[in-house]
Amino acid sequence: MSANTGSELKIVGFLCNWCSYGGADTAGVGRFQQPTDLRIIRVPCSGRIDPLFVLKSLFNGADGVLVSGCHPRDCHYAEGNFYARRRLEVLKRFLPILGIDERRFEYTWVSASEGQKWKTVVQTFTERIHELGPAPKLDQCLMERAQAMAMAV
Amino acid sequence: MKIGVFVCHCGSNIAGTVNVGSVAEEALKLPSVAFASDTMYACSEPGQDAIIEAIKEHRLDGVVVASCSPRMHEPTFRKTVERAGLNRYMFEMANIREHVSWIGKDKDANTRKAVDLVAMAVAKLTQDRELTPKTFDINKRVLVIGGGVAGIQAALDCADGGLEVVLVEKTSSIGGKMSKLDKTFPTVDCSSCILGPKMVDVAQHPNITLYASSEVADVKGYVGNFNVSINRKATYVDWAACTGCGLCMEKCPSKKSRDVFNEEIGTTTAINIPFPQAIPKKASIDPEFCLKLTKGKCGVCEKVCPTNAIRFEQKQETAEEAVGAIITATGYDLFDYTRYEEYGGGRYADVITSLQYERLLSASGPTGGHIKRPSDGKEPKDVVFIQCVGSRDKSVDRPYCSGFCCMYTAKQAILTKDHLPESQSYVFYMDIRAPGKLYDEFTRRAMEEYGTKYIRGRVAMVYPKGDKYIVRGADTLMGAQVEVEADLVVLAVGAEAAKGAPQLAEKLRISYDAYGFYMESHPKLRPVETNTAGVFLAGSCQGPKDIPTSVGQGSAAAAKVLALFSKDQLESDPQVSVVDIKRCVGCGKCIQTCPFGAIEEMDFRGMPKANVIETICQGCGICTSTCPQGAIQLQHFTDNQILAEVNAICQQTPAQNLK
Repeated sequence: MSANTGSELKIVGFLCNWCSYGGADTAGVGRFQQPTDLRIIRVPCSGRIDPLFVLKSLFNGADGVLVSGCHPRDCHYAEGNFYARRRLEVLKRFLPILGIDERRFEYTWVSASEGQKWKTVVQTFTERIHELGPAPKLDQCLMERAQAMAMAV
Repeated sequence: MKIGVFVCHCGSNIAGTVNVGSVAEEALKLPSVAFASDTMYACSEPGQDAIIEAIKEHRLDGVVVASCSPRMHEPTFRKTVERAGLNRYMFEMANIREHVSWIGKDKDANTRKAVDLVAMAVAKLTQDRELTPKTFDINKRVLVIGGGVAGIQAALDCADGGLEVVLVEKTSSIGGKMSKLDKTFPTVDCSSCILGPKMVDVAQHPNITLYASSEVADVKGYVGNFNVSINRKATYVDWAACTGCGLCMEKCPSKKSRDVFNEEIGTTTAINIPFPQAIPKKASIDPEFCLKLTKGKCGVCEKVCPTNAIRFEQKQETAEEAVGAIITATGYDLFDYTRYEEYGGGRYADVITSLQYERLLSASGPTGGHIKRPSDGKEPKDVVFIQCVGSRDKSVDRPYCSGFCCMYTAKQAILTKDHLPESQSYVFYMDIRAPGKLYDEFTRRAMEEYGTKYIRGRVAMVYPKGDKYIVRGADTLMGAQVEVEADLVVLAVGAEAAKGAPQLAEKLRISYDAYGFYMESHPKLRPVETNTAGVFLAGSCQGPKDIPTSVGQGSAAAAKVLALFSKDQLESDPQVSVVDIKRCVGCGKCIQTCPFGAIEEMDFRGMPKANVIETICQGCGICTSTCPQGAIQLQHFTDNQILAEVNAICQQTPAQNLK
């Protein structure tokens, strides 16, 4: 994978069991080659995803977070992805306020039959994260800030 | 906690691109992992036995299997750990096949990823709790959606098995596409002679309630206890009184109504019974063409009806039915042949679809079974069949093969010769696909006995010349351009998902593919199940199918329902939400967001608290991410468990050890 010739980055994926996890399985069964940076966490529904999961990942050193659920109106639990969509959209706008580049977070809808689409999603997102490079580490920033404060005193 | 990790080779499926041995070695370094090994096929009998043995020998409290997708084998291994005496929820899977070995060729990177996925599963497992399922009562009635041959078969098999069946059909009669066919391949059986008795059985079966002219409006509930709203469309005839005598059809002065049953070859009366064998044999009025309903005058049918069944004031009604399982058999629709402008379908009267041709062949059709050109009513001499109209063609977004067109074209060519011995049929084809019992022999007969000329190649255009048509195409076997003079051109239109299929899927909460066909639970091993418990598939709604396969699937779906209903109670999945009473502040947000009404308010020492009704909860976890207190937690997917997985990826980096 071209995006991966350098060192791997940490990308966390939260996928709903019924659609996107199935879509990732379909991509696997179809042998659609993908970059290896992504680690997938399976959740029952995109509505189960607390925005704090995404933030925790990014705070703890993930370079990117990808969330994927069923297409709107196709939720296995009828309306879970509508809740997800609202929460994740708010989260996306909130990330810059926290000093996190919002491009490090993306959410998308992939159904269980869309193996090819899943491959494209993974490839595009991984390439984007590699363009952004490793996320600035929180402790390093803190250290610099603390040093600057110490200098000022 | 003592955890055992089993890393599966899956033959070379995983071991080919993942260093399975070092994944097991790295797993053993994780805290709480007491045992780790690699195994050739974890799901095989020796593989499962090895897991059981290790659990007993090392007194393991939980097991991680790193192999295929949990969507594939999680139930298998849950049973395995249960056989070893563990609770079946003390088990996690790391998907190192579909998500690792099959999608990357870099062995080092794959191994690192596999190590991480195992670490995540271990981290989650350390917080797993033992869960015990509850049982709940089920309603042993079944809803069959769609009254085509698949739905009829499913309904009859369920009813014969002693279940009460509710059969919902969109049109005014059951029978589906098969009832429009004149004959069936490869036996050239009369279609209505073999389907008709089955339709009568449906009407007469004491266990079947038939809703014709009805559609499913809404589905609530879950396996064992669905509540279905059915819209009963206005037919403007009281079907309880109508005897199907057909007197109204004879007298109706409005004769321009769309004749949907005859594929709109010609028109029919505004009040009509679609075909003689219709079940139920009841009249209904097309409100667009009825003079009384459009202009307010006429009412002839009302005057002639011997049973006073006409009800011009009738409105759509809604019926409610409670069922425990649903079989979806909504079939297919035909590709819009006018999209191939070069064939002139829709512009030239004598370029018709294969199903229209079927109606021309049928003795109960608009021409009484005589093949006549729609333009001038003359008997055609040269008939050209064009195959793959809307099949195997990426340019119209239909890359799939519809499967049955090769066969019905051969049948129609044979029937053409039977009806008109002087005629000559030509078939433009891409490949002949006849992979069924006696199928290839049948297409051979069309060529050899009936002299049908098969020309391998696509048609470039059809244009009129005098009162004939010129079909110009390529003969790829001869490497030459060919032109055939035709009196009639029949387009073998492909199958596409039924109109409204995605909308119904949304109501049933099942998945569908890019073309609108419903997704089965597993393409090989669970072909009639969906991923929504209690919802099954039969026939062409899952993908184009011929009659034998549709009937087989109808029976298969019925067998699945009968097996499901063989118990009086079902076990509910214990992966449900649980409220921590001490943390719950009684805000009621979870009650509002729950899509299933599974959470109720209860009084706890004078304070309002949330309470989950376990058998209704479907385990989506929407409440868990809604609760401001973290008081309601979805078992097996708690906040702490998901965060433990996050930490396993982000903080602890076992994969780095390999670098």
